[in-house]
This record gives sequence, C-alpha cells and structure tokens, in this order.
Amino acid sequence: MSDFEPKIVAFVCNWCTYAGADLTGTSRIKYASNVKIIRFPCTGRIDFMLLLKSFANGADGIIVSGCHPNDCHYTSGNFHAKRRWIMFKELMDFMGIDMNRITFSWVSAAEGAKWAEVVNSTVLRVKNLGPFVSYKQMINKSIEEEVSNE
Amino acid sequence: MSNIITKAKELLSNKTVKLVIGYQSGTDDVRPAFITNPDKTDLLIYNDKCLHNLSVYLTKNEVKILGKIAIFATHPVMRSILQLASEKQVFQENVIVIGIDNNGETLDFADFKVMQNYIEKSNLSNPEKDQKIIDELNKLSLEEKFKFWENELSKCIKCYACRQTCPMCYCTRCTTECNQPQWIPVQSNSLGNMEWHVLRAMHLAGRCVSCGECGRACPVDIPCHLLTMFLSEQVNKHFNVFAGTSDNMKSVMSTFEPNDKENFII
Repeated sequence: MSDFEPKIVAFVCNWCTYAGADLTGTSRIKYASNVKIIRFPCTGRIDFMLLLKSFANGADGIIVSGCHPNDCHYTSGNFHAKRRWIMFKELMDFMGIDMNRITFSWVSAAEGAKWAEVVNSTVLRVKNLGPFVSYKQMINKSIEEEVSNE
Repeated sequence: MSNIITKAKELLSNKTVKLVIGYQSGTDDVRPAFITNPDKTDLLIYNDKCLHNLSVYLTKNEVKILGKIAIFATHPVMRSILQLASEKQVFQENVIVIGIDNNGETLDFADFKVMQNYIEKSNLSNPEKDQKIIDELNKLSLEEKFKFWENELSKCIKCYACRQTCPMCYCTRCTTECNQPQWIPVQSNSLGNMEWHVLRAMHLAGRCVSCGECGRACPVDIPCHLLTMFLSEQVNKHFNVFAGTSDNMKSVMSTFEPNDKENFII
C-alpha cells in the first residue's frame, strides 16, 4: 500500500484558513498535493452532509478548518460549527466510522506553516489507514442494489 | 382508567376543549383516539401498551384547526410538549395537558410551568433497556459497529415512518424532499440509508426526548431510536442539557458556550 495516494477534501472558511493556505503558497512552503480545497464563507456553513457526500464521492480523508475561536468574521460561526462537530464526531464514532480520517483544525490567515503541517499530518495519517475500504464497499453495494432494482 | 374518561367527558361537555387525544383499543393493540363527542369518551383506555407519542398530532394542521385540544400525556409526551413549546410549535393557550404518571394515575397541570416542575424532578436519562444496548454497542470495535449499522440500515425501505412519528420532525418541507441538491437518494440503498439516518439523528440532536417512538414505528425493526438516544446522552454529557425540560429552552445546536470542549481540534 506504499504507493497509495489518499484523496483528501478540505472544507475551509474564506476568512482564515483559505487566506492561511494562500499564505502557505506565497511563502513557498511545500505541502502534499493530495488535498482539494473547497472554500466556504464560514465554518458555520459546513453542513455535516457535505462531509458524508465527500466520502460518498471517493474521499479517503477530510480536513475541516476555520478561524480560531473569537476570530470568526461573523462573530460566532465557528462556535456553532464546533458544537455541530462535537455531535457529529460522537455519532460517527458510534456508527463505526473512523474519525482519524477527519481532521478538525483552526488555522488563521497568518498560520501558513500550520496549514502545511495540518495537510501533511492528515495525508500521512490517512496514508497509514489506507483507502476507506469499508465505505467504498458500501458505495459499490449501493450501486449494485440500484442496478438490481431496475 | 375511569378517571381518564371522567376527565375527558368533563372537558368536552363544558366545552373547554374541542378535541381530546388519547388511546383506544385497536384491532390487536392500542391506537390513538380523537374524541370530539362527550358521549364517545367511553372509548378511551390506558394500559401499559399505550406508548404512542401523541404529541406528534399537536403540530398537524388537521388537528390544530379544530380548536383547543386536551391531550393525555405520559412522561415522554410531556417532555415532547415542552420541547415543542420551546420551539414555538405548541402554545399554552391551545392545549390542556392531562398527565399520566408511571402508575397510570392522571395528573392535573394548571400550565406548562407546573408540568415543568414535575418533569424536572423525574428521571430524564434514556430508558434503561435502550441505554444498555447503547453501552453494549460502545464496547464494540469500529469495524463491528460499522458492520452492525450497515446490516441494520440496509433493511431500511425509506418509508420515513421514523420521521412521521417523531413529534420533533414537524418541518413541512423536509431535507429529504429537497432535490437541489438531492442530499438523500429517493430509492433505498445502503449508502443513502446511512446518510438518511445520520441526517435524522443530527437534526434531532439536542431535541430528542428519548421516547423511542421512531424505533417502535419502524416496520423493518431498525433500532434507529438508538442513534437519537445516543445523541441525547452525548448532548447531556457535553452541554449538560436534557431536551424537553422547560417551555423556553434554548436550542442546543443553535446556541453555544465559548468553553465547549475542543480537545479534538488541532
């Protein structure tokens, strides 16, 4: 499994982490290219269904990142998001989905180096976990079920 | 039981209420009863099979247009009514709650505040038999838990009985009916079924009163009530809140405390 390159989807907020990722680039810091960044207005906008849908579309790992507490552009979006993640994390764990595949982080616009570190550590961790086989099996099973229904 | 009939008869004949919601015997079990005529109150019964969460009818238009309603409420039903009142779906002036305690005796509540005092003193955690299964599941490994739920949820036929029977699922337009984007596939398949049950549990986080009605309503016996009950337990663990304990509760998922736990966020 050494040549396995995980697909990572990153949901980031426009005001902090996206700008932070920008800084990583302008600072010429290298980081893993496995990550696909999706920009959102705020972490409070990141619905848990988006996370499930990215797994359903073949992601092996997910990063969710936004402003540090008290730094939210909309005052409290990240606090609301935090509550949602606490619940989502517990529920996913209860349903047997490995939460090591999802990284939650606060990365500010000044933390270009931290963003590289978050991405690299996530890629490394998901690489060690391997492809999300159990979920992919479920996707394949669903496709078969659909075909057999037709 | 005679007490229930007398109460209903009194409320209907002195025109305090237009409708009494209670239980009556069905073909082989009990079923909800909607009584508008004081002479028909003899139909009302109460026994240990009366488990339906009747508060689900309080938010239905067909029932609301009748006028003031009296409802027989067991412990979880009282909690549902308080939760619905917090969410501004049920109003004090439109409903008379006749409580039924664990021994089947009726309780009179002058208003929601009195009911709230009764609820606050009662046991609010999940029913013991369900909590036991949750604890058993928590002991399993991730793979075993995934297998268990994949197996259970693959039975789902997307009838949405769990949604229809839940008093908190009163949205006139549910996410499942939206198709731009289509979050939940219309047809039943393993992946879509899981997504539906995650979505349902998440939307009920902090609102579920652990009545277990969704699991009882499921025609294919998926223990979907365990998901919402698990989240009720977690909400209490993390935010120290029990749903349905007051008629002006703050919504758990749309409020926050700055010091919410965050040791999993790097």
